[in-house]
Amino acid sequence: MADRFDEATQKELQTFLEREQAQARVQQSIHTFTSMCWDKCITGTPSTRFSRGEESCLANCVERFLDTSLFMVRKIESERGA
Amino acid sequence: MASIRNELALANAQELINKTNDKCFLKCVTKPSTALSSSEETCLSRCFDRYMEAFNIVSRTYATRLARERLEGQAQA
Repeated sequence: MADRFDEATQKELQTFLEREQAQARVQQSIHTFTSMCWDKCITGTPSTRFSRGEESCLANCVERFLDTSLFMVRKIESERGA
Repeated sequence: MASIRNELALANAQELINKTNDKCFLKCVTKPSTALSSSEETCLSRCFDRYMEAFNIVSRTYATRLARERLEGQAQA
């Protein structure tokens, strides 16, 4: 099917797919983080709004998870260097 | 292209519904009986709202963080 498209259309399709795939990866991460951070932060029965503690826990959870990822990468790199 | 976008949006919505179902059943229906009680339904309704809110909070936090790291990456380059 690809050979029926001209080069410009192929390029456009490729750019589109790359962008959609990147966005899909971000969306999947958001699902994973929401699930994980919900378990960590929302411990009681859900009420009509989040407490300020619950809200900040959710935001902190995301940031600290990403910090953890960076930490692990650096640790692995330093161990490899040794 | 539009149909691919639609499919991805649908998959996204599906995942959200599945997650909400799992989390809220866990929290609200602790002793399943022969029907959902009205207090269980109230709990499920609130839980649904809260999970959506959590999703949005996580979304915003993640997007802000990505933007910040992109800026820092550019500043270092």
